[in-house]
Amino acid sequence: MDFKDTPEQAKFRKTCREWLEKNAKLKTGVEKNEFANIDFLQVAKDWQKKKYNAGWAMLHWPKEFGGIGASAIERIIWAEEESKFNVPKGIFEIGLGMAGPVMMEYATDEQKARYLPAMAEGKEIWCQLFSEPSAGSDVAGLRSKAIKDGDNWIINGQKVWTSGAHFSDYGILVVRHDPNLEKHKGMTFFFLDMKSPGIEVKPIKQITGGSSFNEVYFTDVVIPDSQRLGEVGDGWKVAITTLMNERLAVGDANGADVEDAFRWAKKQDDSGEPLINNKSVRSSIADWYCEANGLKNTKLRTMSALSRGETPGPEASITKIVSANKLQNIGAFGMDSLDMAGMLKTDDPEIQSFQNAWLGAPGLRIAGGTDEILKNIIAERVLGLPQDARADKGMPYKDIPSGNS
Amino acid sequence: MNLDFSDDQKFLQSEAKKFLEKEESVKRSRGVLEGSESFDNDLWQKIIELGWTGIRIPEEYEGLGLGHLELCVIAEELGRHLTPVPFSSSVYLFTEAVIKYGSEELKKEILPKLVTGEVVGTIAVTEDFLAPTNNNIKTEVSNELISGTKIAVPDCEAATHSIIVCKSSKGIDLRLVDLSCKEVSINQVENIDGSRGYYSIEMKQAPSLLIGDEGNGWILYESIINQAAVLFSFEQIGGSQAALDMAVNYANERYAFGKPIGSYQGIKHKLADMYVALTLAKSNSYYAAWALSSESSDLPVAAATARVSATKAYELCSKENIQTHGGNGFTWEYDCHLFYKRSKLLSLNIGSIANWKEKLISNLEQSNLN
Ligand SMILES: Cc1cc2nc3c(=O)[nH]c(=O)nc-3n(C[C@H](O)[C@H](O)[C@H](O)COP(=O)(O)OP(=O)(O)OC[C@H]3O[C@@H](n4cnc5c(N)ncnc54)[C@H](O)[C@@H]3O)c2cc1C
Ligand SMILES: Cc1cc2nc3c(=O)[nH]c(=O)nc-3n(C[C@H](O)[C@H](O)[C@H](O)COP(=O)(O)OP(=O)(O)OC[C@H]3O[C@@H](n4cnc5c(N)ncnc54)[C@H](O)[C@@H]3O)c2cc1C
Repeated sequence: MDFKDTPEQAKFRKTCREWLEKNAKLKTGVEKNEFANIDFLQVAKDWQKKKYNAGWAMLHWPKEFGGIGASAIERIIWAEEESKFNVPKGIFEIGLGMAGPVMMEYATDEQKARYLPAMAEGKEIWCQLFSEPSAGSDVAGLRSKAIKDGDNWIINGQKVWTSGAHFSDYGILVVRHDPNLEKHKGMTFFFLDMKSPGIEVKPIKQITGGSSFNEVYFTDVVIPDSQRLGEVGDGWKVAITTLMNERLAVGDANGADVEDAFRWAKKQDDSGEPLINNKSVRSSIADWYCEANGLKNTKLRTMSALSRGETPGPEASITKIVSANKLQNIGAFGMDSLDMAGMLKTDDPEIQSFQNAWLGAPGLRIAGGTDEILKNIIAERVLGLPQDARADKGMPYKDIPSGNS
Repeated sequence: MNLDFSDDQKFLQSEAKKFLEKEESVKRSRGVLEGSESFDNDLWQKIIELGWTGIRIPEEYEGLGLGHLELCVIAEELGRHLTPVPFSSSVYLFTEAVIKYGSEELKKEILPKLVTGEVVGTIAVTEDFLAPTNNNIKTEVSNELISGTKIAVPDCEAATHSIIVCKSSKGIDLRLVDLSCKEVSINQVENIDGSRGYYSIEMKQAPSLLIGDEGNGWILYESIINQAAVLFSFEQIGGSQAALDMAVNYANERYAFGKPIGSYQGIKHKLADMYVALTLAKSNSYYAAWALSSESSDLPVAAATARVSATKAYELCSKENIQTHGGNGFTWEYDCHLFYKRSKLLSLNIGSIANWKEKLISNLEQSNLN
């Protein structure tokens, strides 16, 4: 056991670090929202472009698409270093994390050359059009239709919760081409231009008051067959590739963490004494510290396996459940500590960070696989328990009960 | 970056596992529970023959001269198999204390005997039904003679010697007492986990030998249990894994309402929660093992983190294993209760979770959590 980088890893880390120091600001602890009241999208695009020009945007991609062919471990080293800097987040993750790998695996060489570098550069943003009103956890229950028309497909239907659809240039889409087949067999996968005629994007207001996701309506939208990814009927298989990536991409919840709770508890006065002197506060912070470090050390175990060229074990599957719930609890703690005033909106960045954590965490517990679905996955795939009995097994899609939604 | 055990260490672990399976360690644990002895002497002698008692003892004192990491993988297997021997008292606590704080003379005399089992050690601190602190120790030494009573001392049936945490004119001392001397009387005290023995030790002017600096004993004691916390956390993750495995097996085999109970989410999610807690505990224990083996200044924080996570994991896994087994889980016949009881013994033996959370936070306060 050791925590030393190999000489090559240390050298790589130093290169990352030097570039980051030149181009971004180190986090200081209490982060003011530097990006408030500015054109965040543009700032994020500028940062992405800067990274792209230096090869960091998708560093594990081959050179021809703008990467540097970095190994899995180098990718983690980069992410570790980048996370120490205050850089814009939240615009490109879905495109790069989910559309990227699918395009890499299923697109033609010309398509890859056309789309991947622009995606990495941040010139074109991608979204993921999977969930529908009647198909979230059970995404294979989706009903948006694709009908073949010569060399084209005609798409009708609705997607929902599509993060970033309102500023995306392209999207990956899974739709039903044959409702007479079993549900997992009747789907086909495409990518499409979000500016295509017949697409209507309507932002959805979230509990935070902001709108990062949307409803997307399709009315006779035309997609050329050349933009099909995988065979007709392979939609589920292709979607699974992205969902697997999603579990890695979503991972750790960003936001107020145990350090923030600790710093807060040390200075916040509660009847003349810092909160940290309160036994129950100490106990909660100890719990969060154990969770936060449990996740950090779990990641190190994953890295250790990657470092030896082995496939990591299933331990990373716990990340999102633990971190999203911890975020919610820490947010609540910060607000509770202010007693009645905890409800008040304020410019104080620390208080904001607790309120944002509390408001944002419910979404994280749902996005990219709900807590319940992730527990099913752990139980079935990691522990080997029997699959949930499915009411729809073997039925043609059109005969499956779907409630009122 | 390598937060994992080496191939040699993994091999040692798998050999230990095979050995304890072949020796039916869990069954022996039940044997102790139901019998009159407080440990399994036959298995203890076999463990001594394997050299595990001397794992960390340097070769110059006739031990194997291996490191803490080797001890961690053995601990995980002892925990998994509920091994009913005085290993933890003698090795994690007593031997480690002698290695760390014993005089050269003491080491020369006692370490080789700890290897062969001629000496078996334990440590005595608690005196009353409350947590021991440096302020409430009443057992006192004067002129090298100790008087006072300790309760909840583990493994005295096997132990020949004990380190006694006692009060002296300078503060708290750690002192070595030969348990066979006539000034010491030992009585078994029944405890909730009958597969391990607890005792009271009454000392009336018992001769003793100072270990470490006079008056500095509480700090030394804290440092000994910080180390032991890491080793116990490996026992705890071993036990958690065993309880989880039992629950998974039962959930796959037991049918209710025409299906295996493991296909119901009430059970599935319970088992997933156990897996999550165990994974956090395991990762924190690995980190603490590194901190222990590399003598990192992070050890107090790492050990407390491992201890708290592993205690939570074992308590969760062992209680929900009973729950998964339904009525069977509540029977004496099924092994579920052996893990449940051991989990509680391990979660209290070097201080409760509340105490370890407190240690964690006060250490973080000092180090200013960065
Ligand atoms: C912030 C945010 C961003 C998102 N971004 C995108 C995006 O960019 N693209 C996209 O396609 N989708 C996106 N989603 C959608 C997301 O994937 C779905 O919301 C999620 O999969 C849950 O689906 P649902 O909302 O339909 O809830 P449902 O599936 O209806 O679930 C409702 C409740 O029932 C539970 N449940 C469902 N099935 C089971 C089961 N088998 N066992 C136990 N409990 C069950 C769920 O856990 C949940 O608690 C986003 C969601 C959020 C919140
Ligand atoms: C102290 C004690 C006293 C008792 N006294 C009596 C008595 O006087 N008379 C009498 O007739 N019985 C008695 N019982 C039996 C008791 O009613 C059963 O033990 C209980 O109903 C559970 O059944 P089981 O033990 O077969 O467990 P199982 O039914 O096999 O359950 C095993 C596990 O699976 C879970 N499980 C089972 N089905 C589902 C499901 N559909 N969804 C989710 N989880 C599920 C259970 O919750 C449990 O965790 C007693 C039991 C105890 C412990």
